[in-house]
Amino acid sequence: MSTPPTPKTPPKKSSNPLANKDRMKLPRQHMLEQDPQVRNKCFTEVNLGYSPELARQEALRCIECAKPACVDTCPVGVKVKDFVQLIIDGDYLGAAAKIREDNVLPAITGRVCPQEDHCEAGCLLNKKGQSLGIGYLERFVADYERQHFDLKNIVKAPPTGKKVAIVGSGPSGLTAAGDLVAKGHQVHVFEALHEIGGVLVYGIPEFRLPKAIIREQVDYMRAMGVEFETDVVVGRTITIDELFEDEGYDAVFIGTGAGLPQFMGIPGEHLNGVYSANEFLTRINLMHSYEFPKYDQPLVDFRGRNVAVIGGGNTALDAIRSSLRLGAGKAFMLYRRSEAEMPARIEEVKHAKEEGIEFQMLAAPLEFLDDGKGWLKGARCQKMELGEPDSSGRRRPVPIPGSEYEIPLAVAVMAIGTTANPIIRHTTPGLATNKRGYIEASETTQKTSRRGVFAGGDIVTGGATVILAMGAGRRAAKAINEFLVSGEW
Amino acid sequence: MFKILNAQFIAPGIKRFVIDAPRIARKQRPGQFVIIRVNETGERIPLTIEKSDPEKGTVNIVVQSIGKTTHLLNSLETGDNILDMVGPLGKPSEIENFGTVVVMGGGVGTAMAYPTASALKRAGNRVITIIGGRNKDLVLLESEMREVSDTVFVTTDDGSYADKGLVTDKLRQLIENGTRIDLVLAVGPIPMMRAVADMTRKERIKTIVSLNPIMIDGTGMCGGCRVLVEGKSEFACVDGPEFDAHRVDFAVLVQRNSMYREAEKRSMDDYVHQCELEKQKAAAPAESEVVCALEEKK
Repeated sequence: MSTPPTPKTPPKKSSNPLANKDRMKLPRQHMLEQDPQVRNKCFTEVNLGYSPELARQEALRCIECAKPACVDTCPVGVKVKDFVQLIIDGDYLGAAAKIREDNVLPAITGRVCPQEDHCEAGCLLNKKGQSLGIGYLERFVADYERQHFDLKNIVKAPPTGKKVAIVGSGPSGLTAAGDLVAKGHQVHVFEALHEIGGVLVYGIPEFRLPKAIIREQVDYMRAMGVEFETDVVVGRTITIDELFEDEGYDAVFIGTGAGLPQFMGIPGEHLNGVYSANEFLTRINLMHSYEFPKYDQPLVDFRGRNVAVIGGGNTALDAIRSSLRLGAGKAFMLYRRSEAEMPARIEEVKHAKEEGIEFQMLAAPLEFLDDGKGWLKGARCQKMELGEPDSSGRRRPVPIPGSEYEIPLAVAVMAIGTTANPIIRHTTPGLATNKRGYIEASETTQKTSRRGVFAGGDIVTGGATVILAMGAGRRAAKAINEFLVSGEW
Repeated sequence: MFKILNAQFIAPGIKRFVIDAPRIARKQRPGQFVIIRVNETGERIPLTIEKSDPEKGTVNIVVQSIGKTTHLLNSLETGDNILDMVGPLGKPSEIENFGTVVVMGGGVGTAMAYPTASALKRAGNRVITIIGGRNKDLVLLESEMREVSDTVFVTTDDGSYADKGLVTDKLRQLIENGTRIDLVLAVGPIPMMRAVADMTRKERIKTIVSLNPIMIDGTGMCGGCRVLVEGKSEFACVDGPEFDAHRVDFAVLVQRNSMYREAEKRSMDDYVHQCELEKQKAAAPAESEVVCALEEKK
């Protein structure tokens, strides 16, 4: 462990020795990666991180905009310009502390955030070439902190005597917990599963987000004073009302996340070999099925067999890339739109292609075929073309008549989204939900229809991203703090 | 960690655990279940709650040794811990005064049916209970059921106790005798529940079954426990575990429950092998004190 950090205030003058025009000539530094033909056979992390030299080279590219759009476009408002400056100064722990002012999970967002939609989209360098590698720099700083920061150096805020229950330990819950404990409130996080992290643990595979990193980020929060309790399904084990009445909480934040997996409602979805992405990924990530029989939770045999994932998001990519690592003979994505409409992170698409995933775009299954013994043997699919944009703004897929074709398949994974989980809705009187079953919450304060109850993340918006959920957690924490201090709703 | 306050075999290969779990004990209603994970490398499996004591904060579960996890669990003793236990899960049974209710329990299913039978009795129903097992030893909770039932019939497959035959034979007799039946609740092996459903469908007797498909999280998140109900997928963990027996596709349930048969066999074989090694080690002077469940059964 290192000596205690001495967070510095950012220097008034830039310590970047380069003139702006020279900074703009520097190429974006590549992330070191495992070889695609090695990594597609194992679950160890794809990205290997920046060295301090690479981090400095990349940081030097920042042109220090007077009004940094990278900060405005970040859902949690990380002070990008300031932390990048601290990297140039070589003050990595200072940079980490700067990120932590706005983001309690830097090692996680540095890995899974779709930076191209947020901070890096705002970066002015885009106009001259490639944006600053903000995600890579965040990851570098966070990993340095993981290795060099002593948790004993965390300074706890004086206690306020107020108690907050956080329901769900995913990105929104952890973020709210971190911000609230920093204000001195007693924060208790309830998790339904046996591990802390929610979707970070059950949803995102090891090769993208190692579990050890989640545990370390959670340990950091423990050291901040956050209490965690696993194996509690709020709504079943204890209700929201009981949290107030029996356990004396002053406020509750609901961040229970994505809900029930959706199926297409086509024939054959009940066949053995058809999984929801949630189940498939939970088996792998939470239950370590890829290490069967060392771990007990089994999975069907993928070795040498054809596997298809239906969908085009990050979950779909996580599932199909996992399939390849389980030994799938042929692994492909079936997506009903074209690659341009895929909601997945650009880096994941690139990685998937390098690893040998086949992209079958503009195609959707019509039916899963039975081998006569209740097992999947294939899919009858249909080709699509793009029509007019739909409510999501993306061009609508339109079936091409007569384009049906069959593919042999042993496993199919449905990654087509989720619907709202009903447990809290059904057990919390007076909690308003919309017609799709998601909790209604203010977009600015995350307040629900129930006094003292806030909600954020996927249970409010439907399936979104880690960083958007974290943004909701931050807004909620701010409003919860105001509510606890003022007592006014 | 959940402490085992008491562990006792109540039949060969069937053990009752009294577990310290105050939060679950306080909330448990008839028809609900728990999910457990025995240790760090363990799988998550759903298990039956026999009853709970909110005052003492204890939950009773009844476990039959079938595969590796249940054998491992049944090797645990009073004072040991179960790493994870979460619940109560699933919708509680619908309890009202239906009139005359026939409660049917097969094997360990009787433990799941017991709290519902008890609640139905308290709600004013006339409760006729039919419980069965392969043989005398496998008839569970007879005295408990007698306390909450107006009439109890017992059947054994081999005739080693009470009436020889199946629980469905007894149900048929009741129907043929013209007994007015307003509701049947059947909990047991899938073939038994399916046979009950087939019998009562013709008679148009409302019938509820409690299903036990493969399950992981138990909160609706994974969808692994989906059952085909009138052609539509429903999730046993949030929509069930109780379903209208006449709407359930039992063939799909059987097929889905067989999905991991090979893997389950391999786990079990490895476990048996491990137990043999432990036994050999124990025969030689060694520090290992692991008692194997297989050994105990003999």
